[in-house]
Amino acid sequence: MKKIFSILICVLLTVTLFGCGNKGNGATTDNNQSGSNMSNTSNEEIYFLNFKPEVATVYDKIAKTYKDETGVTVKVVTAASDTYEQTLTSEVAKKDAPTIFQINGPIGYQNWKNFCADLSDTKLYSYLTDKNLAIKEGSGVYGIPYVVESYGIIYNNAIMDKYFALKNRQKTVNSMDEIVNFSTLKTVVEDMTKLKNELGIDGVFASTSFSSGNQWRWQTHLANIPLYYEFSENNEYDDPTVAGLNTKEITFKYAQNYKNIFDLYINNSGTEKGLLGGKSVNDSTSEFALGKVAMMQNGTWTYNDIKGLAGNVVKADDIKMMPVYTGVKGEEKQGLCVGTENYICVNSKVSQEKQDASIAFLEWLFSSEQGKKYVTDELEFISPFSTFSENETPSNPLSKETVRWMNKENVSSVPWIFTSFPSEIFKEDFGSALLEYTQGTKDWDYVKNTVITSWKNESK
Amino acid sequence: MHKNLKKYFPLFALPTLAAFLIAFVIPFIIGIYLSFTEFTTIVDSHWVGLKNYIRAFSTADFRNALWFTVKFTVVSVITINVIAFILSLILTRGLRGTNLFRTVFFMPNLIGGIVLGYIWQLIINGVLKYFGVTITYDAKYGFWGLVFLINWQLIGYMMIIYIAGIQNIPTDLMDAAKVDGAGAWQTLKNVTIPMVMPSVTICLFLTLTNSFKMFDANLALTDGAPSRQTAMLALDIFKTFYGRTGWQGVGQAKAVVFSVIVAAIALLQLAITRKREVES
Repeated sequence: MKKIFSILICVLLTVTLFGCGNKGNGATTDNNQSGSNMSNTSNEEIYFLNFKPEVATVYDKIAKTYKDETGVTVKVVTAASDTYEQTLTSEVAKKDAPTIFQINGPIGYQNWKNFCADLSDTKLYSYLTDKNLAIKEGSGVYGIPYVVESYGIIYNNAIMDKYFALKNRQKTVNSMDEIVNFSTLKTVVEDMTKLKNELGIDGVFASTSFSSGNQWRWQTHLANIPLYYEFSENNEYDDPTVAGLNTKEITFKYAQNYKNIFDLYINNSGTEKGLLGGKSVNDSTSEFALGKVAMMQNGTWTYNDIKGLAGNVVKADDIKMMPVYTGVKGEEKQGLCVGTENYICVNSKVSQEKQDASIAFLEWLFSSEQGKKYVTDELEFISPFSTFSENETPSNPLSKETVRWMNKENVSSVPWIFTSFPSEIFKEDFGSALLEYTQGTKDWDYVKNTVITSWKNESK
Repeated sequence: MHKNLKKYFPLFALPTLAAFLIAFVIPFIIGIYLSFTEFTTIVDSHWVGLKNYIRAFSTADFRNALWFTVKFTVVSVITINVIAFILSLILTRGLRGTNLFRTVFFMPNLIGGIVLGYIWQLIINGVLKYFGVTITYDAKYGFWGLVFLINWQLIGYMMIIYIAGIQNIPTDLMDAAKVDGAGAWQTLKNVTIPMVMPSVTICLFLTLTNSFKMFDANLALTDGAPSRQTAMLALDIFKTFYGRTGWQGVGQAKAVVFSVIVAAIALLQLAITRKREVES
C-alpha cells in the first residue's frame, strides 16, 4: 500500500512538473504561431514604454486603432508615476525589450546612450519644427521631443475677478494685465491674503507640497528660473541648457529671487508652514480645483487632474496661467516656462525590423490624420512637429494659455534648462534643504550653500 | 525505506533546488560580478575593478546611513524582544481572552511594510499636526516613528515564538522550582529564561536581520527626510542605484557590502546565543 502510494505521488509530481513545462511550451508555440500569422501583414511587435500615467488609457486606444489599420501589434506598458527609470532598467534587460522608450533630456541620454538608435534619417525628425530641440551627438539624432509643455502660476480667474471687484482692496494694481513683475504680484497676493475671508479662500497659493516624490515643482521647475538667468549670462554658449551642462560649479547668483517667490508661496498659503512636509501635489491640485485657493504653480499637464477631480468648482474658462515672476530685472518680458522633458527614443538593441516598425508607428501617430487627432484631442499634446497645423491645438485651457503667451509680442518664453541639472540626488538635496528652510530648522544660507555644493559634487 | 529515500532524493529536492538556484544563487553571483562593473542593465556592463567600492565608501551618505541603521537596530532589537517577552509571559498565565489577545497582537505582522509605513505616516502626521509640524521636521521624529512601526509590526510575531517556548517548558521543572521555594523572579531568571533560550536565538536573529534590512517601511514612512538623515542602508542603496547617472555599480557595491554585514552579524549572533541554550 505504502509503495503504491509513494509511486502514485511520484507520478503525480512528475506529471505536474513536466506537464507544466509542456503547457508552457505549448503556450509559447501558440504565441509564435499567432506572431507568424501576423507577419503576413507586418513583421514585428512594437513595445512602447509609456512615461505618462495620466494618458495610459489613450495609448491603449491608439494601439487598438493602429492594429486595426495596419495589423501591427503595439504593446503599451505604462510605468507607475515616478518609477520610469526603474521600470525601464528592468524592462530593457528582458528578451522582449521596449522598442520605444523615452528619456528626460541630455542627462538621461548619458545613461541610455547605448540604447538610443540614430533617428537623423527618419521622417519623424524631419517633421520637427525646431531641430535644436532634439538630442544630438555628433551627426546623430538620438532623442526627439514629442510634446511641448509649459508651466507658470495657474490662477482661478473667477476668484481674481471677485478680488478686483472688492472695494476695500489696494488700488495700485487693478487687473491681471497689470501684474507684470514680482512687485505687482506681491502687492496683489499679500492684499488678497488680508482679504481672504471676504474672498472665501483658505489662502492665495495652494500648498507648497513637500512630501517625498512631490517636491519637483520647487527643486526642478521653480529652480529653472534663477538658474536660467544665471546660465544665460554665460557668454561661451548660445544655449543656456548647454551652458548648464558644461557648468561644473554654479554661484546661484539669483538665489534671492528664488527666495522672493518661494517666501511668497509659503507665507500666503492655505496651509501652515510646518505642515507642508506632508502635502502632495495632488493635495494642492484639489485645493485649487475645489476653489479653496486662487493660485498654484504647475503646468499644462495638471488640467486633467483639475477636470477629473470630483466636486471641482473651477470652470475651464477660468483656468488661466501667468509667468512665475521672481524679481529679476527686465522680467516684464518673461513668458511662461516652455519646453519638454519627453524625448522619444528607439531602442537600438532590438532587431532592425522592430526598429523600423517602431519608427513607422511614431510617424503614423504624429502625421496621419487619425494619429494627429489622438494627439491633439485625447493626449492633448502641443506637438513640436510641422505636421500639425495651427488649429490643431488641444482644447485644454492651459495649452491655450501656453499658445497665447507664446504669441504675445515682446514676451519670450523661458526654456526648460532643468534638463541640465546634474542628477536626481541634486534635486533631492535641493528639495530637502527647502523643506528644512520651510519648517524653520535651517536658514536661507543653508539652502543656498546646499545647492551650490550639491551641484559641484554631482557634476563631477 | 532508507534506500528509497536516497533514490528519490533528487526528485523531491529538485524543485526547491532549482528555485533556490534561479531565484537566489544566480542573481547573487551576477550581483557580485556587477559590483565590479559599470552598467546600465545587466546585459550591458564593463569591468572597472574596485572603483565602485572606493566611491561607495568615500560618500558620507553611506556612512551616515550605516550609523543610523546601527542605532535603529540596537534600539528596536531591545524594545521588540523585551516587550514581546513580557507579553508572552502575561499571555501564558491562562487569563481570560488569551487567544483573542494573541490574535490581536499577531495581526499587524500580516500587513505589508509599505502599507504600514503610509498608515503610520498618516497617524503620526495627524498627531504632530497639533504642534504645527510633520514627521519630516526632525530626524528624531523619523527615528522614533520607525522604531515604533517596527515594534508594532514584529512584537506579535516574536510573542508567538516566545509563547511556544514557554509552553514547552516541562511543568515538573516549574513544580520543582516551586517546591524549592523559588519566588516569581527567581523562577523567571533561573528556569524560564534559560529554558526559552532557543526561542531567544530565533527571535534575536529575526529582529536583528529584519531591522537591519528594513526598506519598505522606511521608504513609505520618511523616505529619508529630512535631508536623508533617516535613510537606512537599504534605502541608501536604492537611492544610489537610481538617483545618479552612472552610479548603478556603486549601488551594487554597497549592496554587496550590505549583505556581507548582515551575514556577519547574523552568524555572530547565532554563535553567541547558541552557546547559551541549555538542555532540560
